[in-house]
Amino acid sequence: MRYEAPQTLEAAVGLLAEAGDNGRVLAGGTDLLVQLRAETIEPEIVVDVKRITELRTVSPEDGGFRIGAAVTGAELGEHDGLRAAWPGVVEAAELIGSTQIQGRASLGGNLCNASPAADTVPALIAADAVASIIGPNGRRDLAVADVVSGPGQTALARGELVASIRLPSQSARSADAYLRFIPRTEMDIAVVGAGVNLTLDGDGRCTAARVALGAVAERALLVPAAGDAIVGSTLDEAALSQLAEAASAACRPIDDKRGTKIYRTKVAGVLARRAAEIAQTRAGERA
Amino acid sequence: MSKCHVTATINGDEVEYLCEPEETLLDVLRDQLFLTGSKEGCGSGDCGACSVMLDGRLVCACLVLGAEAQGRKVETIEGMAHGETLHPLQEKFLEHAALQCGVCTPGVLVAAKALLDRNPDPTETEVRYWLAGNLCRCTGYDKIIRAVMDTAAEMRGN
Repeated sequence: MRYEAPQTLEAAVGLLAEAGDNGRVLAGGTDLLVQLRAETIEPEIVVDVKRITELRTVSPEDGGFRIGAAVTGAELGEHDGLRAAWPGVVEAAELIGSTQIQGRASLGGNLCNASPAADTVPALIAADAVASIIGPNGRRDLAVADVVSGPGQTALARGELVASIRLPSQSARSADAYLRFIPRTEMDIAVVGAGVNLTLDGDGRCTAARVALGAVAERALLVPAAGDAIVGSTLDEAALSQLAEAASAACRPIDDKRGTKIYRTKVAGVLARRAAEIAQTRAGERA
Repeated sequence: MSKCHVTATINGDEVEYLCEPEETLLDVLRDQLFLTGSKEGCGSGDCGACSVMLDGRLVCACLVLGAEAQGRKVETIEGMAHGETLHPLQEKFLEHAALQCGVCTPGVLVAAKALLDRNPDPTETEVRYWLAGNLCRCTGYDKIIRAVMDTAAEMRGN
């Protein structure tokens, strides 16, 4: 195996393109090094992207933010502007692993590792985040919702990598929230995750909502019907019940040691509803 | 395959080493530099026994490649005491008997110091969450938490 730590995106892309299927990107390493050790992967080259400025930077952009793919959970949590604008995305990132993992694990890594239970992915999908992908044929934008195609599988072509993730401008009276269910209080993987981003009007009526679920399908899902269920409402009991029903209806989970299909399906509705109520409260406080 | 030539600052000293590209920082610390205070427990970032500081961040050395440390600053348990003078956390761990077998202890101490350096007055809940990535199979954690809380109080001058 070769280790390279290029300083530019172009150099990283060149190395990955040259390696074909035998190259891996190293950001925080919290998944990659475990896979290397277990020999589930045996790359010829590992390209450490942490010396590339764009990948390590959070910068304001058009009222939103551009987050470098290798920015860590701890760094997201320490960024006051990001935390204020996108508390749901930040709380999702902060749920991942221990303090030690937080110091390394990155937003781009959480996305590209493509676990169906990744915590930041439903939050990013709810936020309508867009990944900036660079590869041998240049740059392209792809909605985060379309990056993961299945467990461990992404829509990235050979030689491509996610350089950064853009969070849009968050309008007034809008807010997001993310909730995860695990059977303990810390250090576990989602049984279900739910991200909600919504906008209220001056009367507290919901004008737009995006609901996304994690760990209930082969990848994180955007559930348009769940968002639609609360648009036009003040998040009254009937609307929230419909949201929960729509969320549960979208689930196609597996049974595993963390939860059964029936359990996950039920919990998805409950969590989505609670996340919507938190987002509603936050949006109201911004009014 | 060619080895990586790395220059890093470890516990304040500039250190040079050659490592295999797949070798972890933990392997380098223990097997090449003979800094065996950092322990290997799980090797997968779950147990925290290899906790070290990398450019001021608490990390698991088993999840860092040795090559990544090029130009970086690494602090290990070996840098915690000043000569014969133990760090207050080390003193309090002895006083409270906050260890039994001792395998987790270096990692717990490094992690606890990282917490107190940024938050001199943590609540018990904050200490417990901060140390959730440091597994101890002997103590039941209670003495560890008490030792950290007591150290924090002493260092604040209470």
